Amino acid sequence: MRHLKAVNEKARTIEQVVAIAQGHADVVALQAQSTGPPQQEGPHIPLGCSFVFSPGWEADRNGGTAGLCQPVERDLFDCHLGCFWPAHVPDQMNHAPDWTDKCAAAQKDWRKIDLIFP
Amino acid sequence: MTMIETQSVAHTGALVAREAHRFEAAGRSYLYLVPSAAVFGLDGPTRAVIDALHERPRQPDELVDTLASEFDRADVRAAVDELVGAQAVGRVARESPAPLPAPNIIPLTEVPLTTLVVNVTNQCNLSCEYCYEYGEDKIVDTENGKKPKFMSEETARQSVEFMLDASGTNDVARMTFFGGETLLNLPVLKKTIPYARRRGSEVGKHVEFSLTTNATLLDADTIEFLAENDIGVTVSIDGPRDMQNRFRVFHDGRGSYDVVLPKIKALLARHTSRPVGARVTLTSEVLDVVRIFRHLTEEIGFHDVGFAPVTTSPNLPHALGRSGFDQMLAQFRELADDFLEAALANRPHGFTNVRDTLEEIHKGASKAYPCGAGIGLLGVATDGDVALCHRFAGSDEHKMGTVATGIDQTQRQDFLEKHHIDHKTDCNVCWARPMCAGGCYHEAQVRYGDTTAANLHYCDWIRDWTDTCLKVYGEIAERNPAYLRRFDA
Repeated sequence: MRHLKAVNEKARTIEQVVAIAQGHADVVALQAQSTGPPQQEGPHIPLGCSFVFSPGWEADRNGGTAGLCQPVERDLFDCHLGCFWPAHVPDQMNHAPDWTDKCAAAQKDWRKIDLIFP
Repeated sequence: MTMIETQSVAHTGALVAREAHRFEAAGRSYLYLVPSAAVFGLDGPTRAVIDALHERPRQPDELVDTLASEFDRADVRAAVDELVGAQAVGRVARESPAPLPAPNIIPLTEVPLTTLVVNVTNQCNLSCEYCYEYGEDKIVDTENGKKPKFMSEETARQSVEFMLDASGTNDVARMTFFGGETLLNLPVLKKTIPYARRRGSEVGKHVEFSLTTNATLLDADTIEFLAENDIGVTVSIDGPRDMQNRFRVFHDGRGSYDVVLPKIKALLARHTSRPVGARVTLTSEVLDVVRIFRHLTEEIGFHDVGFAPVTTSPNLPHALGRSGFDQMLAQFRELADDFLEAALANRPHGFTNVRDTLEEIHKGASKAYPCGAGIGLLGVATDGDVALCHRFAGSDEHKMGTVATGIDQTQRQDFLEKHHIDHKTDCNVCWARPMCAGGCYHEAQVRYGDTTAANLHYCDWIRDWTDTCLKVYGEIAERNPAYLRRFDA
């Protein structure tokens, strides 16, 4: 809210509920897919799909393919870093070693991961 | 400031200001929304929108046109969107007026007991003229031998078992001893407290104790007992000598000030683990709140002082009339200014009336019931009868059960349904209802002979006092917001 300033706890709760209902809530990277009523969700913590048999690249939680590893930043940090899955990312050894330097916390800073042009 | 969203057809689809209380603090305008109890700060466009809608409902385009000379059109539209989102602004219904919705009363689930107030005696060594326990308008028959004068050890133990059982999933159970003069039954306290501790640890609960006393019976041993057992103490005292001795007298008419003063000082010197509070009863003749507060904190050394107007029928001479409430408000405001100054400098201040209200404002409390009586709090009479709270304990008419047999849950549910704020039609147009919810059941019983009545005799006072506390809150929120973190959930 730009014009109203939420002052007490109740006002802050209303502000948050309104933001989520209107789709103005920030997109949190690695966030789980939402089911049920709108709520601010925390990030998905990468654990490695092969460890926990979580829905991964081969099938989503319903056994289909509609909800595969996504959004893209989830692939990046869950599959590429955690599981060494060869996602389409730059060569961080030689060509773009500082590619994710500005992304200290993926859930907040994912927008700072830029495109790389060879 | 209430506007119902079913107005004339000409206004169909128009924007309308919804129920709220506007106040100014620290150079900013605020809205206290009803019934959500949210507090929002306004900027130029939102303030202008609210002002324009208070004149009359307006169509969105007309509103933007009206304010276009002052503000950017996009800003006005964004301000309207935010106000609609926060439910500070609504739209006049397009259809014919819908029937009023049924009160939204959520069926209660089993509520664990937080506090049990145990009246260990109905006897007192003082005879304060205004006392609700003995005055002309008492509701509990404390005479004629109908109720035992003192609670027995057995009943006290049953009260402990009742409390531990009723506290359900709570890790902490609180027992408050009350009277009469609580310390007249010290032997039972001395047996009950270790028993409750032991039983609490057996069932995995921590038990906290507190009591209220007139301080006349405090001696070195008793003070040692209170301190060693970490018992929270509230002292009923009305102020400096002249005020204390006006009503708080012994049976022979002797004032109690000179008796209690050295005892209270000894208590404050020894009992330092929990703040010792003073509780003052205000009457038509004892109303100098500021002088009382200064005396009790600076000269005697109390940490906290809380004030409450006397509960009495209106025709008794000590009852507060209209001018009494006005005088009390002026004095409360002076102390609230004092509190604000302390809060801005991060200094403690013992005026509990304002501190407790600030906490409720901060959390955004919107109450369906005026207090926890019958929900998380119950009172026990000397014979073990259980009622809403200590003020009703012992009244046959308000009995809900006994500590030995438990309480009638259907009766409790029935009470809560009847007393829900949505049934108090007078309150439904009052912006202060999220904080007040109609006021004390006992006050209503004494004034109107009916616990379901709203306490209409102090509505103006409640609104003015709530407004004062909102302003204090707004000042602190703007000038020293860190102070409010102590109230975070």
